[in-house]
Amino acid sequence: MSLLEVIIFIPLIAAALIGLGLPARGIARGAALANLLLVIGVCLQFAKGETLAHSIRILDNPQISFAVGIDGLSVVMAALTSIVLVAAIWQIVDKPAIYYVSSLLIAGGAMGAFLTTDIFFIYGFHELALIPTLIMIAVHGHGDATNRRAIAWKITVYLGVGSLILLAGLAALVLNFSEGDKLTFDLHALLAVAKSAPLAAGTQAWLFFVLLIGFGTLVSLFPMHSWAAPAYSTAPTPVAMLHSGVLKKFGLYGLIKIALPLLPLGAQTAWVQQALLWMLVGNIIVIGFVTINQTRLDTLLGNSSVMHMGYIFLGIAAGTEIALRGAVVLMFAHGISIALAFALCGKMRNQLGTLEFSKLGGLAGNAPFLTVIFGFATFASIGLPGLANFAGEFMVFAGSFSSDIRDGFKPIHWAVIAGLWGVVMSAVYMLRAYRHLFFGKAVAGHFVTDPAKGQRLPLLILTAVLLVVGICPSLITDLLSNLAGK
Amino acid sequence: MMSSFTLEIILAVAGVLLLALDAFATSLNRKVVPWIAIIVTALTLVALLAGGAGGPAWTTAFYSTDALALFYKAFALVTTLIVLVLALESDPVLAHFSSSDSIRTRIGEFYALPLIVCAGMMWMASAKDLVSVFVPLELVTVTFYVLVAFTRRSAFAIEAGVKYLILGALSTGILVYGIAWLYGATGSLDFAGIAKATSNPETSKTALLFGAALLLAGLGFKVAAAPFHVWVPDVYQGAPTPVTAFLSVGSKAAGFVVLTRAVEAFSANGSVIASHVQPALLAAAALTILMGSLPAIFQTSVKRLFAYSSISHAGFLLLALAAGGSARFGLSASGLVAFYLATYLPTTLLGFLILCVLRSQGVSDELKDLNGLAKRHPGMAFALTVAMASMAGLPLTAGFMGKLLVFVAAVEQGYYGVVAIAVTGAAAGFYYYFRPILAMYSSSEGENAKLAWSPLAKVTATLLMVGILVLGVYPRALQSVLSPAPVAAASK
Repeated sequence: MSLLEVIIFIPLIAAALIGLGLPARGIARGAALANLLLVIGVCLQFAKGETLAHSIRILDNPQISFAVGIDGLSVVMAALTSIVLVAAIWQIVDKPAIYYVSSLLIAGGAMGAFLTTDIFFIYGFHELALIPTLIMIAVHGHGDATNRRAIAWKITVYLGVGSLILLAGLAALVLNFSEGDKLTFDLHALLAVAKSAPLAAGTQAWLFFVLLIGFGTLVSLFPMHSWAAPAYSTAPTPVAMLHSGVLKKFGLYGLIKIALPLLPLGAQTAWVQQALLWMLVGNIIVIGFVTINQTRLDTLLGNSSVMHMGYIFLGIAAGTEIALRGAVVLMFAHGISIALAFALCGKMRNQLGTLEFSKLGGLAGNAPFLTVIFGFATFASIGLPGLANFAGEFMVFAGSFSSDIRDGFKPIHWAVIAGLWGVVMSAVYMLRAYRHLFFGKAVAGHFVTDPAKGQRLPLLILTAVLLVVGICPSLITDLLSNLAGK
Repeated sequence: MMSSFTLEIILAVAGVLLLALDAFATSLNRKVVPWIAIIVTALTLVALLAGGAGGPAWTTAFYSTDALALFYKAFALVTTLIVLVLALESDPVLAHFSSSDSIRTRIGEFYALPLIVCAGMMWMASAKDLVSVFVPLELVTVTFYVLVAFTRRSAFAIEAGVKYLILGALSTGILVYGIAWLYGATGSLDFAGIAKATSNPETSKTALLFGAALLLAGLGFKVAAAPFHVWVPDVYQGAPTPVTAFLSVGSKAAGFVVLTRAVEAFSANGSVIASHVQPALLAAAALTILMGSLPAIFQTSVKRLFAYSSISHAGFLLLALAAGGSARFGLSASGLVAFYLATYLPTTLLGFLILCVLRSQGVSDELKDLNGLAKRHPGMAFALTVAMASMAGLPLTAGFMGKLLVFVAAVEQGYYGVVAIAVTGAAAGFYYYFRPILAMYSSSEGENAKLAWSPLAKVTATLLMVGILVLGVYPRALQSVLSPAPVAAASK
C-alpha cells in the first residue's frame, strides 16, 4: 500500500460516503484538506528522492497492473489537483450533495490519472469525469435548459470520441512496444523497449499524430476546441474550475509523459511539426480574436482558457528541455489562475445574476478585496512577471526560439512570433474586462460585496501560490528532470 | 462427485417435476415453486464448480469436457439463477398479464421452464458434433417460444412470440439444411471430422462453403448478428422482461459457444474455406455493430434500447471471434469471446434487473419515466448508472475491459477498417447509453413517490455491481477464461 494509492482513493471513498447519505460538506472539505496535506507530504518525499512506487498485477496476459509511482511531472500535477480541489470544494455553498460528489469524482479521476504508471489506468481514471460532468452541466448548469443539455451532450460526445481516438493510439503504442510474447501496459516497460528498439521515423510520426489528435481533443487543441468554451461557461463553478484547471491538463500530461518519450522523433518530423504548429497558432490567434469579441465574463474566461493551451503546445512542439519545463510550469500556473478566475466569476454571477460587460461597471466601489484578487487573476493570465504564468510563458518562448536563426527562420520561429502576439491579445481582453467590470461608472442595482472571511481563504491561497511560484519558479522546475529525454 | 452430464439430466428432470408440482399441487404457496427453482439451480452451480465438467466414458464421442465447456455451463447456470430472480421480481406483472379477467393464474411454469432451457444450454456447451448441437438448440428454442409469448394477455408478447416462432423456425430450417450439406460434403457430423475434411483436397469446396454459410447463417439468427438481427428489437421489447434478459444473455452465449466451435473447425489448419470465413465474420461484425448502434440513438424505450445494445454487443463478440488467435500474444478467439461474455453477463443482467424492479412498481420502460429516479431511489439510479456505464464501455467497468481486449486483438491483426467502425459504434454509445443516466438525474415534473426494492433485488443488484467493478479493475480473477491452459489432446 503506497501513500499514492491513499491519495487516489480518498476523494473516491469520500464521494461514496456522501452518496450513502453522510453529511456532504464536512466529508468533502475533510477529504480535500486531507488530500492536500498528503500531496504536500508526497512532494517532500519526492524531493528526498522517493518514487513511492507500488504495483498490483490485475491481469497476467496481457500484463496490466494497478501501478503507482511519481516523477517530477506527476508530482506537480498532483499538487495542482489537490490545490484546485480545495478551492473548488470551498466554492460550494448551500448546494445539493451531487455538487460535492461530482467534484470529488472528477478530482479523484484526475489524481488517479496523474499518479498511476500503467497506461490502462492513466487512460481509465481520466474517463471517470465523463458522467459527473454530463449530469452537472445538463442538470445544474447555468442558462436555459435546452441549451444546457445541448452543451452537455456536446462535451460528452466530443470528449468520448477524442478518448476513443486516444485509445486507438495507446493500443498501437502497447502493441508496438511490448517485448516478447506478452502485451504489457506498464509505462516503464514500454519506455525501456522504446529506448532499445525505437520505431522507424515514419511510423513514429503517424503514431504521434494520432496521439496528438486524441490528447489534443481533450485539451481543446484547435480545431477540436468548440466543446470547451460553452461547457466552461455553462458548468457550475466547481466543475468549471476542476475541468479547466485540472482535467484539461491531462492531455498535455499524456503528451509529455507518454507520447514524447516513446516517440521522440514523432514530434520533430516535418509534417507533424507543421500540423501541430498550425493548430496551436490557431488556438492562440483565432481563439484569441474570438476571446476579444466576447461580451460576457464567463465566455471570455472559457475562450481564454482554450487560447492559453496554445502556449503549452508550443513548448511540446519545440521539445527542448527549457521549453518543456516551461510548458509544465505553465500547466501548473494556468491551472491555478483559471481556477481562481472561475471562482471569482462564480461569486460574481451569484450576486449579480449577469456577467455582461455592458450591464456592469464600477464594482470596485463595494468590493475592494475582489477587485484586488481579480486583478491578480488578470495579470496572471496576461503573463505579468512576478506571477507564475510569466515564468512558464517566458521559458516556453525562450526554449522554442532556441535554435540558430542564422540559417533562416524555421516554422517554429514563426509560431513563436505569432504566439507572442497572443500575449498582447490576452492583455487586451483581460484588461478590458477588468476595466469594464470593476472600474468606470457604477450601474444602479448591480454591485458585489466582498465574500465572507471564510470564503476569502481559498482565493488567497490560490493567489499566494501564483505569487510564490512566480517569484521562485525553481520550486517547480527543480522537481522536473530530463523531460526532453536527451 | 457428480459429473456434469448427470447434473444436466438432474436439472432437466427437476424442471419437468416442477412443472408437475405446479400443475397438481394447486394449494401450494405461490412462492414455493420459484424458490425451489432458484435453490436447485444454485445447488447445480455449486456441484458443477466443485466437480468440474465430466461425463461417463460412453459420452466422450459427443460430449466435450474441456475448459470452454465448463465455462459456458457455469455461465448458463449463473444466467438462469439471475433470470429466476428477475422473474420473481416481475411476478405481479407476469401474473397480471397471464391471467384471465378475475382469476390470478399460477405461473409456476415460468419458473420451471428456465431450468429446462438451462439444461439445454449446458448440453450445447459440450456439443462435439452437429447433432449434439441441434437437439439441445431445439430444446432451448422451443422452450423460448413458450416463454416469449407467456404473458398471453399482452398483445406485444403474442406478437413477439409469433415473430420469434416464425423466424426461429426459419433459422432452424436453414441450420439443418447447412448441417445436411456439411455432412454431404465431409461425410462427418462432428467438428473434428469436419475440421479434417476442410483440409482434405478431395472435399468439394463449393459444398463445404455452402454448408458452412448456411450453418453460420442459422447460428447468426440465434446470436442476433446482422443481417439476421431484424427480429431482435420487436421480440425483445414484446417479451416479458426476464425472458428478454434470458434471450439477451443466455441464448447469445449458447449461440456463441457453438459458433466458436464451428469457426474453429472451419478455420482449422490448412482449411480451404478459412479465407472465406474470416472476411465474412469481419463483415458481419462491422455490420452488426453499426446496425446495433445507429438505431439505438433514436430509441425512447429503454427495453428496446437494450435490444439494440444486445445486437451491438453481438457485433463486438463477432469481432472477438474473428480477431482472436493472434500468434504473438496468445489471445485465442475462444478466450476473448468467453471473457467478453463474462463481462457482458453482469452488465446486461443488472440493467434488466432494475427494469424489472421498476416495472413491478408501475414505472414503464419509457425514457421519460426514468426522469427523477435519482431522487425517488438513489440506490436503483446508481445501479442503473453503473450498468449503463459498463454497457457503454466506460473505463474501470467490466464492459471496458472486454472491449479493450477486443480492440487490441483486432488492431494487432490489422483489421483497421472494422476497428474504425467499432470505434464509431462505441462513440455513438456515449450518447445513447448516457441518455437514461441523464434522465435519472434530471428533475421530473411528474411522479415523485418513493420506490422500494426487495432484499433479494438489493442483494442481487449489489452482487452484480460488485462483479462489474471487480471485472473492470481486477480481471485477473478470470485470467483462466481469457487464456485457458492449453488442452493436451485437441477435440477428438
